Amino acid sequence: MQMPEPDARILAAKPRVVARLRAALPAEAVIDAPEELRAYECDALTAYTCPPLAVTLPASTEEVAAVLRICHDEGVPVVPRGSGTSLAGGALPTADSVILGVARLTDVLEVNYSDRIIRVQTGRTNLSVTGAVEDEGFFYAPDPSSQLACAIAGNIAMNSGGAHCLKYGVTTNNLLGATMVLMDGTVVEVGGAHLDASGYDWLGLICGSEGMLGVVTEATLRILPRPEGALPVLMGFASAEAAGACVADIIKAGVLPVAIEYMDRLCIEVTDKFSGAGYPDCDALLIVEVEGAPAEIDAQLGLITEIAARHDPVEMRRAADADEAARIWKGRKSAFGAVGQINDYMCLDGTIPVSELPHVLRRIGELSEEYGLQVGNVFHAGDGNMHPLILFDANKPGDLETCEAMGAEILKLCVEVGGCLTGEHGVGIEKRDLMGHQFTPGDMEAQMRVKDVFDPAWLLNPAKVFPLTVSAPRRDRRAAAA
Amino acid sequence: MLAPVSEAEMAEAVAAATGPLRVSGGGTRGLAGAGETLSTAGLRGVELYEPGALTIVVRAGTPLCDVEEALAAEGQRLPFEPMDHRRLTGAEGAPTIGGVVAANASGPRRVQAGACRDSLIGVRVVDGTGTVVKNGGRVMKNVTGFDLVKLLAGSWGTLGVLTEVAFKVLPAPAASATLEIGGLEPGRAVAALSAALCSPYEVSGAAHLTEAGRTLVRIEGFEAQVAYRAERLADLLGRFGAVSVDREGVAGTWAEVRDAAPLAGRAGDVWRVSVRPSDGPRAWAALGEPPAVIDWGGGLIWALLPEGTDARAALADLPGHATLVRASAEVRARLGTFHPEAPALARLAAELRAMFDPRGILNPGLMER
Repeated sequence: MQMPEPDARILAAKPRVVARLRAALPAEAVIDAPEELRAYECDALTAYTCPPLAVTLPASTEEVAAVLRICHDEGVPVVPRGSGTSLAGGALPTADSVILGVARLTDVLEVNYSDRIIRVQTGRTNLSVTGAVEDEGFFYAPDPSSQLACAIAGNIAMNSGGAHCLKYGVTTNNLLGATMVLMDGTVVEVGGAHLDASGYDWLGLICGSEGMLGVVTEATLRILPRPEGALPVLMGFASAEAAGACVADIIKAGVLPVAIEYMDRLCIEVTDKFSGAGYPDCDALLIVEVEGAPAEIDAQLGLITEIAARHDPVEMRRAADADEAARIWKGRKSAFGAVGQINDYMCLDGTIPVSELPHVLRRIGELSEEYGLQVGNVFHAGDGNMHPLILFDANKPGDLETCEAMGAEILKLCVEVGGCLTGEHGVGIEKRDLMGHQFTPGDMEAQMRVKDVFDPAWLLNPAKVFPLTVSAPRRDRRAAAA
Repeated sequence: MLAPVSEAEMAEAVAAATGPLRVSGGGTRGLAGAGETLSTAGLRGVELYEPGALTIVVRAGTPLCDVEEALAAEGQRLPFEPMDHRRLTGAEGAPTIGGVVAANASGPRRVQAGACRDSLIGVRVVDGTGTVVKNGGRVMKNVTGFDLVKLLAGSWGTLGVLTEVAFKVLPAPAASATLEIGGLEPGRAVAALSAALCSPYEVSGAAHLTEAGRTLVRIEGFEAQVAYRAERLADLLGRFGAVSVDREGVAGTWAEVRDAAPLAGRAGDVWRVSVRPSDGPRAWAALGEPPAVIDWGGGLIWALLPEGTDARAALADLPGHATLVRASAEVRARLGTFHPEAPALARLAAELRAMFDPRGILNPGLMER
C-alpha cells in the first residue's frame, strides 16, 4: 500500500506549524516529540505505520476549529483520529500531516429520555454512550466489536455497524444531529433532536465520509428502550448451502431476528477450543438471536427451529437462560481473538447478496488452495456482511503480500456477485486501490466533487478512500498552489 | 414533455437540454421546478427482487403501487410507509417510487423503522451534465465510498434525475393494533405518546389528531405478540385516560395520519413542521393551536393555518424547520417553500448543486427557498 511522498516544504515548516498550534492550544494538547508521536503512527491496521508531523488533542469545538484554521492556513494535511481502532487504516498519518485526535472530547452534553436522544462529544466511546443511559433502561444500538474502545467520531466517520444492525441499522440510521468543523475552521450545525434535518441530507453524507469532509465534534444520537429480553439459538449444518438456505427461509417467513451470525468449520473449531463453547462438529454454524418477552422469544425461536429442521441440522440448541445464551455467544464473540492466538490474520469486510453465500464460500475455498493460505469465515449472515479471516505469517517474507493479493481477489468477487468492498469497516487505505472495481471513474468523480465543496484544498485525510492515481490531480493542485 | 424510456435516453435528454428541466415523477407532491417537463414515467419495472435478502431494485418511474404490490405478494413491505400527498394537493396521477425518494416521503413508521433515506441502499442517477452516476448498491450493508444515496433522498431532483433506486425491505407483520385515548390536549397527548415510545413494545406509530382529540399508538407483530403488547401498553397508558384497542381499522386509521387527511380539502395553507418531539405541544401553541395532525410522537406537525400565515415567524427560535406543503403561488413566493438554512449550510448547498448541475437546469428554483 502506497502513501503519497511527504511534502518537504511542510516538513521544513514543522517548527513554525507546531509553534502556532502551541500558541492556540494548552501545552498538553500538542505533541511533537518523536518518541511520543510513535503512539499515533498507525491504527488497528498495524501493517502500515508512519509517525505524523505533530499530534493535537483539542478539548472543545473551538480548539478543533483553531487547529483546522491553522493547518488550513499553513497548507498542512490533517488526519482526524477517533480511538485509532480502524481496521482499514482510516487514521494512518503521513509524515507531513497533523493528527487531530478527539480523545479529550468525552462529555455527555444532554440526555433526554422523553425525546429518546443523547448528545455527546464525539471522543466518547461507543459503549460508554450506552453506559450513560442504561440505568434508565435505554441503549445506543450500533455495536461494532471494538465498542469498548472505539469513539463515536470514528463510528460516524466509518458509518460503523455491528452484530445487531439487521434490526437496528448502522450509525447513519441513529445519528440525528452533528456539530461539524470544516477544514477552514467554519463550524456548522446540522440537524438536532428532531427526526429529520432540513435541506440536503448532510448527516447522511457525513456518515461514512471517513473524516474527509469535516471533523464532527458533537453528535445527537438516537437511544432506544432496551428490549425485555433476548435469547439465541445455535444451529449446526452439514454444509454452507444448507445454512444459507436456512437463513433465506427464516427471513422469508417474516421473522426478523436481531442477529444472524455465521461461522465456518475453521472458526467453529478454533473458537470452540479457545472458549469451550461446546460447538457441534459441523461445517456451518448459525447463531440466531431474537428479542422480546419470554413468550415472544419462545414463539419466534419455535418458528426458527421449525424452519431450520427442514434443512437437516446437525444440532439445534436453544438457550434456556442467560447463562446458556452467554455460552453460545462466547465462541462467536471471541472469534477474532481466538484466530489471532493461533495465527496472524487479515480481516476482510465485503458484503454480498445473501443468495450468493454458498457460491462465494466455495470460491473462497478455491482461492485458499490457490494462494496456499487458510481462510476462516465468520460473518453477519442476515445482511450478507462477510468477514473472511485470511491466515498468514507476518514473519515470513512475502506472506503479507500474498495475503493482500488474495484478499483483493475475494473483495473483487464480492463486487462481481453484486456486493461491495466494505460493509462496515470503511475503505481507508486498505481497499482504496480496489475502488475502481466497484465504481467507474464517473462514480468516483461524483464523490470527489463532494469533497471539493467541503474541502477545496484537499487537506483533510486526503490520501484515503480514492485510489492515489485518481485523487492525484486534486492533491497535486493543492501542493502546487502552496 | 420529454419521457425517455431508458437510462441512456435519460442521460441524452439531460445532456442535450438547452434550458431548464422540470423533473417529474407522478407529479403528486405539489412541488415542481420551472421548465420543460422531464418525466421518469418511461423508466418502469422491478429490476430485481430477492425476498430472502430483503432487497428490491426498481426503476425510478415505477408507480409506488406496483412496488407495494410486488412486495405484498411475498409478505413484505417498504418499512417507511411513504406518505401519499394527493389528499392534500388534490393532484391526480400515481406517485412513483423515484418521487418517493426525491421527496424522502416517510410516514408514521418513521419513529420505529426510519425514513425513506434509511431504507434506501442504492441509486442510479443522471446528473446535470447527463452523466450516469451510481452509488450504493443492492446490499443492505455498504460503506464503500461516500454515501450519495442519502444525499439524493430528499433532494427533489435538484442534484440529478433518479433512474433506479434500491431498498432494504421488511417482512409485513401478521397482526397490528391501534390503541386510542380520547380527550387529551396536545401536551398530555405527547406525554402519553412519549411514554409509549419509551416502552420496549416497539411502537410503530404515535400520533395525535388535535380536532378529534384522538391519541393513537400502533403496535405490529405476530398475533400473540400484538395481544401481549396491547395489554401491556393499555396498562402503561391507563394513567392518561381510558384506552381502547382497535384491531380492525388499523390500516385506515394510519393512512389518515400518514396523509394528514383531516386537513385535506379545507381552506388555508398546510405546513409541515419538524421539531424535537417534546417541543411539539409548544410548537402547536405557537402556531395558534391550529387544526393539526401531530405525528412522530410530537416531532412532526401537519398544521392547517390561515392563508398567508408565516409559520416560521410564529415558531421563532424553536429548533427545527417548517415547510410550506400546500399554498397559493402568491403565498409560496412570499414565504418560500423550504426553511432557510444557516448561511454556512446554504453556501455548501449552492456549491454542491453547482457541482452536480453546473448549468443549473435541474428543477431551478426548487429547494432554494
